[in-house]
Amino acid sequence: MGMPARTQGLKSTEGEGVSRRTVLRNGGRAAAGGFLLGLLTWLHARSAQALPAWALRPPGALPEPRFLGACTRCGLCVRACPYDTLILALPGTEVPLGTPFFRARGIPCEMCPDIPCVKACPTGALDHGLTEIDKSRMGLALITDQETCLAFLGMRCEVCYQVCPLSGKAITLEMRSNLRSGKHALFLPIVHSDHCTGCGKCEKACPLEKAAIRILPSDLVKGQIGEHYRLGWVEKAKKGGSLIPELIQLPVRRPGDGP
Amino acid sequence: MKTYPGDDALRLKGRLLGRKWLLLRRLSQLLVMTAFWSGPWWGVWIAKGNLSSSLLLDTVPMTDVLTFLQVLASGIRPEAQAVWGFAGAVGVYALLGGRTFCAWACPVNPVTDAAAWLRGRLGIGRVLSLPRWSRYVVLAVALALAALTGSQAWELINPMSAVHRGLIFGMGLGWWMVLALFLFDLLLAKEGWCGRLCPNGAAYSLLSPVALVRVEAHRREACDDCMDCFLVCPEPQVIAPALKSGPEGSPMIRGWQCTHCGRCIDVCSKDVYRFSWTLANGSKVAS
Repeated sequence: MGMPARTQGLKSTEGEGVSRRTVLRNGGRAAAGGFLLGLLTWLHARSAQALPAWALRPPGALPEPRFLGACTRCGLCVRACPYDTLILALPGTEVPLGTPFFRARGIPCEMCPDIPCVKACPTGALDHGLTEIDKSRMGLALITDQETCLAFLGMRCEVCYQVCPLSGKAITLEMRSNLRSGKHALFLPIVHSDHCTGCGKCEKACPLEKAAIRILPSDLVKGQIGEHYRLGWVEKAKKGGSLIPELIQLPVRRPGDGP
Repeated sequence: MKTYPGDDALRLKGRLLGRKWLLLRRLSQLLVMTAFWSGPWWGVWIAKGNLSSSLLLDTVPMTDVLTFLQVLASGIRPEAQAVWGFAGAVGVYALLGGRTFCAWACPVNPVTDAAAWLRGRLGIGRVLSLPRWSRYVVLAVALALAALTGSQAWELINPMSAVHRGLIFGMGLGWWMVLALFLFDLLLAKEGWCGRLCPNGAAYSLLSPVALVRVEAHRREACDDCMDCFLVCPEPQVIAPALKSGPEGSPMIRGWQCTHCGRCIDVCSKDVYRFSWTLANGSKVAS
C-alpha cells in the first residue's frame, strides 16, 4: 500500500518554522492559481450570464446583473408556483445555470394576485416590494410579425386581446379600414407598455404555428423619444387649452397675387 | 492476499459494525436527499428548495454559507429569510463541526468517496499535487468575483451546487459534472475536489473551531501504528495532532478539515477513536 505518501500528514505537523521561501512560493502559487481560475470564470461569466430574449424571469425579478447576484438558485420560487411555470436552468443550456425562468410559449405566468413566487424568494432576488402583480414587468408583448398576424391580414382573430389578463388596457383593438378589400375593417391588437406585465399569455395563445406576438425584454424593443421633443397635443392637454394666446392669422397667398 | 485498511476491524467487529459510521453516513446523505425528493415525488413536503437555500417543513429556513457570502459580496442586502437561514446553518454546523456538512449531507461526498475507494484498490498514485489550502484560494476567487461583477459568477461553474440542485430539479448535462468529479479524484488528484478545491467545504471549515462534537483518540495509547486511519481519512493531516501529540496534547481532533465522517473509528481495530461531546468533560474543553 502507499504508506509513504500517507505519512506526509505526520510530517507536516512537526514544529519546524515555516521559512520565508515557503511563504513566498505558496503565496505565488495561490496568486497564480487564483488569478487563472478567476479570469477563466469571469470570461465565461461574461457570455454565460446573458439571458436569451425568450427566457423570462419570474415577477419582481431584479434587473439582470443584480438578479444574478441575489438569486441563490434554490428553486423555492419554482416550488411556490401553482402552475409549474418556472424552471431552473439546467447545465449546458443558454440560460445562466440554475436560475429560474419561463417560456411564454411553454407555461406562461398566470399572474396570481398573492404572487407566491415572490414571497418564497429568500433573498429578495424577486423583489418583495412587488405586491400588486399588475405592476410586474417580466417583459413586453410586441406584434413581432405583421405579415402573419391574422388580425393584420384582415381576419377576426383577437385571441391575444381576449386572453390578456389586462385586456382593454395592456392590449386594445384598434379599428382601421382594410385597404386590400376596400370595404372591411381591420381590428388590430395594440400593446400598451404602461400596462403590459409580460405574462406571456398572448404569446402562448397566438393560434399561429409560430407566434406573431412575442414577449421580449422591454429594453430590447422599447424606443425612447429625445428629451427635447414636445408633443403638442399632450402639452395642450396638460395646460388645458391652447399654448398660443390667440390664433395667428397668416395671410393667404395665391399664385399671381404678387408682393 | 492483499489487505486493505479496515480489514482487521471488519474481522473483529463484523461486516456491519465494522462499517457502522460509514453506513450511518450513507443513510444520513440519503435522508437529506429524500427530504427534498419526498415533495416532488410523493407530495410530502419536508424540505423545499435545495442545499443552497431551503425551507424545512415550510417554516425553518437554511442557507448555504458560501451562497450567502456570495450574495453579500454581490452587494445585495438579502431578505430576512436568507439571513435567518444563514444563521441557522452557521448554528448547526458550528455545533456539529463545520465540515460535518461535507461528510453527512453533501451528495458529492459519495462520488468522491467512491473515487477514493477505487483509487486505493487500484493503487493509483498521485499525479497532481494540489495543496490542501487551495480550497481557500477558490473560496477567495468565488467571493472576489461576486464583489467585482455584482453577480455570483462562481455559480456558473460550481459543480457542487449544480449536482445537488440537479438531483432535485433535474440534472441535464450535470451527470457529466459528476463523472468529471469522479475521474478527477480517481486519476488526477487524490481527494482532489472535496479535500483540496471545494470552496463550499472551505466556507464550512471556518465554522470548525467552536464545534462541540469531535472525534477523540481517547485510547491513543492502544494505537499499534497500523496506519489504517491515515489511509482512510480524507483529511489525514488532522489525525496526528490528536493521536501523536504525547500525553500532554489533547486527544481531540481539532483540525478544521475533519469532516466527522467517523471512518477512523470504523477502521481502527484497537478502538482508539470515538465521537466525543466536548462539553461533557470540562478538561476536554480546556485542553
